Amino acid sequence: MTGNLLEIRDLHKRYGDVEVLKGVDCTMAQGDVISIIGSSGSGKTTMLRCINMLEEFQGGSIRIDGEEIGYETSGGTRRRKKEKEIARQRAMTGMAFQQFNLFPHMSAAENVMLGLVKVKGMRRDEARALAEKWLDRVGLAERRDRYPGQLSGGQQQRVAIARAIAMNPKLMLFDEVTSALDPELVNEVLQVIKDLARDGMSMLLVTHEMRFAYEVSSRVIFMNQGRIGEEGNPREMFHKPQTERLAEFLKTSTFN
Amino acid sequence: MGYTLNFSAVWRSFDQLLLGLALSLGLAFVAIAIGCVLGLITAFGLLSKRGMLRHPARIYVTIIRNTPILVLVLFTFFALPQLGIRLGKIESFVATLALYSGAYLAEVFRGGLLAVPNGLKEAGLAIGLTQSQIRNSIVMPLMLRNVLPSLSSTLISLFKDTSLAAAIAVPELTFEARKINVETFRVIETWIVASCLYVATCSVLAALLRQLERRMSIPR
Repeated sequence: MTGNLLEIRDLHKRYGDVEVLKGVDCTMAQGDVISIIGSSGSGKTTMLRCINMLEEFQGGSIRIDGEEIGYETSGGTRRRKKEKEIARQRAMTGMAFQQFNLFPHMSAAENVMLGLVKVKGMRRDEARALAEKWLDRVGLAERRDRYPGQLSGGQQQRVAIARAIAMNPKLMLFDEVTSALDPELVNEVLQVIKDLARDGMSMLLVTHEMRFAYEVSSRVIFMNQGRIGEEGNPREMFHKPQTERLAEFLKTSTFN
Repeated sequence: MGYTLNFSAVWRSFDQLLLGLALSLGLAFVAIAIGCVLGLITAFGLLSKRGMLRHPARIYVTIIRNTPILVLVLFTFFALPQLGIRLGKIESFVATLALYSGAYLAEVFRGGLLAVPNGLKEAGLAIGLTQSQIRNSIVMPLMLRNVLPSLSSTLISLFKDTSLAAAIAVPELTFEARKINVETFRVIETWIVASCLYVATCSVLAALLRQLERRMSIPR
């Protein structure tokens, strides 16, 4: 046990012949807020998706609280863990997606309740109360009985965050959660994430919002062509990039 | 022409037509219920990554959908006994229609399953649901809503296909109508009344399904 919340060692991921992650190492302590930046195709979203096994990976290991995620090695052969076991491990992390992915046939409250009832085995009334608490926290107490189709993009994304957080994950993964939003709806979502960070939630964010990454992160990781190009605290990274690639990337991004 | 419509002979046998209609509905109901289960299993088979499941499903759908239903009805009733499988008229027809509707519904369900966005399954996985929980709580309810509009037209055509049972003397509506036709020689009247019964029944079915569609629609 190293005491790290997240420990990624030499992570390799291939799609056929294309290697998208070429040996990524990353550790994260409880309460860290890490932003992953980089141009598209650099592997940042893929790395995030490996952590909750939405992507399989061919080499390296990922540990959360010391527990190896997704695979087990016995007698020299590496095997995917059983589906049930992986489902249990996935519940250790929460994820918010670019496209929100709310279940359209369920109200906001039911979206939050589903995992509580099915995965945590809560009674419906308990789950309902907890769902309402979290919807209240993201400013949607009045919208709890609305369906996703009746909510704005920003509201949907806040419900999606509530749905993930209500499961009480050890680590939250945010995958470009504001990229699909109209500009005027971005802030309400970023505010929710900031509040969670202030409350000590550990999180890993893939983002294109450089200003936000700068303000909220304890550390920033710059991904470049399937590897970590540079990492450090946001002040150093954004003001004194050490590599030319990062300097170039920052020039073309919206941070100024 | 000078032909005068006279329905009185048909009205005298109207009970017979209604009994026939009841049997038609019964045949359709049982066959389609079995067909739905068969279709659902086949749809998952068609979408399976495993060839062992996908190929048999594809072969079943291809054979059944490319054979006229009348041929299937006759084959099951006349040819299978030669192979040692002996079924009564009604059982034989129900089995045929069930197989037939299974193949059609499989394609309908397959389309509905494909229309469920992958991101929703991932969202389910991300909160720790198992594959079967995702199937039951997310995929199936959405698939059902996706297919309802095309499902109702398929169900109505399957109901009308029960008329082919007349070919093997199952006493459903068309068979009864033909009998009355032969007994009374009131050809036009008999078939007008039989047609009206089909139209009325299909309209009621369509209305019921539309109502189900409305009740299950997602608020937006």
